[in-house]
Amino acid sequence: MAQMRYREALRDAHAEEMRRDNRVFVMGEDIAVWGGSFRVTEGLLAEFGAERVIDTPISEEVIVGAGIGAAMAGLRPIVELMTINFSLLAMDQIINHAAKLYYMSGGQLPIPMVIRAPQGAGQQLGAQHSQNLEAHFVHTPGLKVVIPSTAADAKGLLKTSVRDDDPIIFIEHEILYGMKGDVPDDNDFTIPLGVADVKREGSDVTIVAYSRMVHTVLEAASQLEKEDGISVELVDPRTLKPFDIDTVTKSVEKTGRLVIVEEDCRTCGVGAEIAASVGERAFYSLDAPILRVAGADVPIPYSRHLEQSAIPQTQDVVHAVKRILAGKAP
Amino acid sequence: MPNIFDEYHPLTGKIFRILDENGVLHEEHAPKFSLEELRGFYRWIIFSRVADQKALNLQRQGRMGTYAPVLGQEGIQIGAASAMQPQDWLFPSYRELAASMIRGLPLANIYLYWMGNEEGSRIPEGVNIFPISVPVGTHPLHAVGAAWASKLRREKIVVVCFFGDGATSEGDFHEALNFAGVFKTPNVFICQNNQYAISVPFSRQSSSPTIAQKAIAYGFDGIRVDGNDIFASYVASKAAIDKARSGGGPTFIEAVTFRLGAHTTADDPRRYRTDAEVEEWRKREPLVRFEKYLREKRIIDDGFAAQVKSEAERAVEETVTQVEAVPSHTPNDVFAYMFSEMPQNLKEQLALLNESLSVKREILFGDTMRHGVPE
Repeated sequence: MAQMRYREALRDAHAEEMRRDNRVFVMGEDIAVWGGSFRVTEGLLAEFGAERVIDTPISEEVIVGAGIGAAMAGLRPIVELMTINFSLLAMDQIINHAAKLYYMSGGQLPIPMVIRAPQGAGQQLGAQHSQNLEAHFVHTPGLKVVIPSTAADAKGLLKTSVRDDDPIIFIEHEILYGMKGDVPDDNDFTIPLGVADVKREGSDVTIVAYSRMVHTVLEAASQLEKEDGISVELVDPRTLKPFDIDTVTKSVEKTGRLVIVEEDCRTCGVGAEIAASVGERAFYSLDAPILRVAGADVPIPYSRHLEQSAIPQTQDVVHAVKRILAGKAP
Repeated sequence: MPNIFDEYHPLTGKIFRILDENGVLHEEHAPKFSLEELRGFYRWIIFSRVADQKALNLQRQGRMGTYAPVLGQEGIQIGAASAMQPQDWLFPSYRELAASMIRGLPLANIYLYWMGNEEGSRIPEGVNIFPISVPVGTHPLHAVGAAWASKLRREKIVVVCFFGDGATSEGDFHEALNFAGVFKTPNVFICQNNQYAISVPFSRQSSSPTIAQKAIAYGFDGIRVDGNDIFASYVASKAAIDKARSGGGPTFIEAVTFRLGAHTTADDPRRYRTDAEVEEWRKREPLVRFEKYLREKRIIDDGFAAQVKSEAERAVEETVTQVEAVPSHTPNDVFAYMFSEMPQNLKEQLALLNESLSVKREILFGDTMRHGVPE
């Protein structure tokens, strides 16, 4: 085990996979000389050279589109979009091409490409640079969506994603890049897609959360345990597609209560899908209505206090847990 | 040989032409083809026309879905595809019947595609062509990525990409060409300017006098070619492909041509262009001048022409029989080709679908499904 930051774990995953397989290359804006806007690709240029670590023009559509073309021709691209907000410029390539070519070619053209991008609020970057867009990708047939919350998950899941033959949207969180964690040293440390991780065991209520919200929930869970003796079980799905519904269902069958916490806005969010799936599978195990704690259906404001109020905070989770245990409606 | 890209620099306003519309050959840049090669080009153009017309007939008979006819654009397609080497890759748009067949794609694939069978997009081993791309202007992005892969592996493979004048108004087009210019990728971009994007004339796509001149802004050579002239199309494509292969970067070819038919079987061109305009272009179409030249040089005669036509008709009929016997994909296939391994949610959805399909069959056909249709 080594202590390292989320961004360093990601960088190591890049380097190890690029050493292992010379078909892997990275491209994006400011990723080579500058080392990436969030320093994820720092040092890769020196080791792998300018042909495999490529600073591109500011052209998201061709970053993704050329990645698809290179994948069609047999390479295994990792493309970085500086933030997920810019994926909107490449949405046609992602949804209409990356996600569909394997199907449309009758299984002949896999697109083994990873599209990495950070998302999330909390840095006062304003409405157009702070979005959470995972629901858009989860909704698209043909994409896998990976969303790690810790350094170890980031590394293991990125390595698996690079080795996977399907197009993957790999969503990082801007606030998590500096967060430290224990990461296995093994060069072949991988985490399978579609396997949730129980980040905290408990017995009174199940909370499903991913990405940054895992840490918000952990904080809330400690507080609830200390102050109220409430035992929270936290399930981090880690990949939103494929989604490990079995682990969530099992946990709900144990606790009888489910709260879903997501930073993304509420309407038609991932939480809605999880709630519906659990409703279909474990309705008779539920002792209370499923609750969601989610971002408001508004753009993320620039101003600090408004930004904080638009996304779930620790206290919001605490209140939701107390409400569900009291059997009160939201 | 003088550099045609300098001589026909787009800002000179000149158009590169070797065989004019009267069938007169201008010797200066004329390629040296054997008689067999010339007869081969003739065979391709006839085969393309017979296959094209058959597709229209099949569509009208309800045996094919929408189809985009190629009639009138065979010059650039035959010229450019013939200038490619076996290892080169072709990224077609949706009207490249002639170019695709020359690159080795069986007509069966093209027919299956338009009949809605995904088998059509499964390209036979050794045929370096990507599937038909219907969205306008989105595949030049893939072509530059594939060219980047070729460059990275030092493979000396050139990637040729076809699209139309309408595609040049899309942002994707700009991003692809800009990327190609920056990274000097081994690409040849072939824009078939057939004057109309469905109903909208080129004057509504751009106020640029030529499309070729856009290449200058991206930092590489562009040339305007008479796309109805197989010879000029070949020579320009060959020069561009050779340059790309030797590390000289991309080239943009604007092939000036005219779509004699409809955009697809879903529109009626008489509503957006005049008969007079079509008749003007009909005089300049690729076969008229080429056949005139071949006959005047006594390279072909009536007997040869008749033989080529009947061979083409027989081959096309055989293809129709062949493709109509290919079973269409089942719901299982659709689910199977979503991911390299089927995830749990799709397995569940497929099981549900199959269950509901069997219920529907029961309702619709009752016992006949289980016991067979009575004689």
